[in-house]
Amino acid sequence: MAGSEHGIVGASVPRKEGRDKVTGAARYVDDIRLPGMLYGATVRSKVARGKIKGISFSPEIDWNEYIIATAKDIPGKNCIALILDDQPCLADSVINHPEEPVVLLAHPDKYALAKAAEGVVIETDSLPAIFSMEESERRTEIIWGTDNIFKSFLIEKGDMDRVWAEADFIVEGEYFTGAQEHLYIENNGMIAVFDPVTGITVWGSLQCPFYVHKALRVLCGLPEEKVRVVQTETGGAFGGKEEYPSMIAGHAAILAMKSGRPVKIVYDRLEDMVATTKRHPSRTRHRTALSKDGRILGGEIDLTIDGGAYATLSSVVLSRATIHAGGPYFWPSVRIRSKAVATDTPPHGAFRGFGAPQSLFAMERHMDRIANVVGLSPGELRRRNFLRPGQTTTTEQVIREPINLSGLLDKSLAHARYEEKKRKFSVENKTSSIRRGMGIAAFLHGAGFTGSGERYLDSVVGIEGTADGSVRVLVSSTEFGQGTNTVLCQVAAETLGIPYECADIAQADTTIVPNSGPTVASRTAMVIGNLVRSAAIGLRQTLQANGTLKESYTPGEFVDACRRHVAEKGVLRSLARYSAPEGIYWDDVKYKGEAYSAYAWAVYVAEVSVDLTTYAAEVEDFVALQEIGKVLHPVLAKGQIIGGVAQAIGFALYEKVLWQDGRMLNGQMTNYIMPASCDLPSIRVIFEEIGNPHGAYGAKGIGELPMDGPAPAILNAVVDALGVPFDSIPLLPEDILEAMTSHSISETDSVPTESPS
Amino acid sequence: MSSRLPGRAKQEISLTVNSAARTIRAYAMARLLDVLREELGLTGTKEGCGEGECGSCSILMDGVLVNSCLIPALQARGASIVTIEGLANDDRLHPLQKAFLECGAAQCGICTPGMILAAVNLLDKNPQPSLEEIREGLSGNLCRCTGYLQIFEAVAKASRNEVAD
Repeated sequence: MAGSEHGIVGASVPRKEGRDKVTGAARYVDDIRLPGMLYGATVRSKVARGKIKGISFSPEIDWNEYIIATAKDIPGKNCIALILDDQPCLADSVINHPEEPVVLLAHPDKYALAKAAEGVVIETDSLPAIFSMEESERRTEIIWGTDNIFKSFLIEKGDMDRVWAEADFIVEGEYFTGAQEHLYIENNGMIAVFDPVTGITVWGSLQCPFYVHKALRVLCGLPEEKVRVVQTETGGAFGGKEEYPSMIAGHAAILAMKSGRPVKIVYDRLEDMVATTKRHPSRTRHRTALSKDGRILGGEIDLTIDGGAYATLSSVVLSRATIHAGGPYFWPSVRIRSKAVATDTPPHGAFRGFGAPQSLFAMERHMDRIANVVGLSPGELRRRNFLRPGQTTTTEQVIREPINLSGLLDKSLAHARYEEKKRKFSVENKTSSIRRGMGIAAFLHGAGFTGSGERYLDSVVGIEGTADGSVRVLVSSTEFGQGTNTVLCQVAAETLGIPYECADIAQADTTIVPNSGPTVASRTAMVIGNLVRSAAIGLRQTLQANGTLKESYTPGEFVDACRRHVAEKGVLRSLARYSAPEGIYWDDVKYKGEAYSAYAWAVYVAEVSVDLTTYAAEVEDFVALQEIGKVLHPVLAKGQIIGGVAQAIGFALYEKVLWQDGRMLNGQMTNYIMPASCDLPSIRVIFEEIGNPHGAYGAKGIGELPMDGPAPAILNAVVDALGVPFDSIPLLPEDILEAMTSHSISETDSVPTESPS
Repeated sequence: MSSRLPGRAKQEISLTVNSAARTIRAYAMARLLDVLREELGLTGTKEGCGEGECGSCSILMDGVLVNSCLIPALQARGASIVTIEGLANDDRLHPLQKAFLECGAAQCGICTPGMILAAVNLLDKNPQPSLEEIREGLSGNLCRCTGYLQIFEAVAKASRNEVAD
């Protein structure tokens, strides 16, 4: 692992595109208008499942003014190419979920367009639909494949058939998490332009330029070189702009090809919320065998996620959920069964954490349940079961780094003043109508693609010298707030020993940048950062090999050498391709081996109050302590953690998607409530750094980690405060009220009555 | 066709935007947000929800913080408007813009223009706000990236004149 010699890595340098963002100069897709541009709109199905009989157009509208497109206008294959290619771009004969796109319209006037969209009626014969995982499992209707199952996994370790007989305790629990809307503040949008000679170009808000590129190639039936995808400034994503942008780009492209004019499609908030992806709802059942001193002997974990109507990314979300299901604990034996099932709802998709927040919620609530049964404190139970170096995970990956989870727990509890507050609250709660509690969650998050994923991605990164002697990073890894531009430029500058200002990054344009893979899975700083470092070393070696640059040099000499090389030779460019770290072995069939080349580790502590008048739970204080390898940029890293914790507080206590017949009912910011500035506690962020030999300057992934721990820590704190078990999120005041009034209230957890003292 | 457009016929509307007198032609009921973005090319004002909930389209109108998605164009006749483009003086950033950069208060940047205008409005009224007053003062502006804490830090820093030149 290379150290930070030049002090650029590890420093909080200015965000590359920061100035444009604070002055309003940054150009997001909706800020772009092209000459002759039309606006596009999507007409969607009202029913959840049915056969399309016909499409009728209101006679009150002069349809000659409009470009109208249906599945018949798709030049290539009618699908959104991703993993299984089962999702149509426009439904042709069958509807499988509400809000499924059927007809596209384009018009120069967006007000007229919105009105016209209401004049299109999709006539359908309804078919019986299913809306819950349980209905899908019962197979009363087969809506996908032969069994409604998109994907299933089985992980087996040790000898599960023996552990039950040896157990002193067997603890069971069932845990649920709800759908969550990403609620990036910039809605999805795309602009497409078609030229019969050069092909199709789209600009838009997206995470993964080459996912969109692949989808457009298939949909438009065009060769690789006739498809160009350019990312515009992207106003938040969180996984929500991983797969769905391919759909919108496809719609804009179809209209652009049919009209011969530029077409912009920008969703309004309602359309974005009801039609695009959300976090997969989940149900996890645990059955755990323990010794009398609270050590895990083995367990069965049964995990199901609701994938919605098409396969999209559910198989990979399920994979990550499955691998993270055992948490940061040592399981001598375990059997994890998991499946993603189909329902007639819009497909659920990627969302920060990608399945791990769901299965870790279950694991960490279950640990508190176990602690209660065994008679240990939540901290002590975890301490006895933490993974230690030399032990193996559920996939039998050996922990090789010197991680000390008990040490992280001790520090986190000390920062939270856990013991002192527990004692104080246990006294105060007896007489107060505001009950307080403390909760812990310990967890891990694997960085990068799972198993062989990084090998398949085969990422390529470039760096080039420019005529003014600075360098430019070439990646398809995108900036959407998390700091990609800044961190990759830091790595380039640090490696080359030049000022941060001398490193820049190219706009993610598929005609300019190589395919460094998607911007997902907490892989950018760690995997792509390391490739930027390799490419930068290659660039330096080129200059040194031809004598333009000495072995040791000043920043000024580098800039000069770079400028001279470009002036004389025209091009100075270095590419680096991913190669898997040595000793990394993964069996895709048995689901065994090195699932991730690095894990970030964390222990979070939540302090919660519940007002027994309003039944509202609030987080009063939050400690987020994590080991994430090397912190490349302290201010950005802290921002990732605080922002992730905030989003996870929403996941736990505020954000409830209300469903009716497969459609989201509360698709507005007024009735789907995310945390506002008054709702958040002090969030204290503490970093531990033990480094990572496989990441840039020792970095691990960080973006998703803070999404995993807060929800179980908060629910554990609510349970601590009230003495009533809650195993389902989101937990809103009405849910607490219902449980408090219907629960068979024992002496210890009864509501205090007014005493005449 | 005009019957399905907002406000039926375009009107001439004069107003002051970022200290410059402007006259535009717009439908009376067109959203001021659209007028600023499409007629005047001031795209720094963003749309997040279109119903006054998120605050991304916040601007100052006659010194009052408003959601421009809820203001009909005609209501802005004669008004003096400040948008994000009006804050920096030539190349010199406003102290709040600098503080946002230093503290990591802008991540994806889409809520940032509205958030900065809300902060300008807060500091205009209350130059030395407490943390609670900052929380309250920005509660009409939603941010999904930052969890707000670094935004509070930036506003506090600007209020203490601690921003480096």
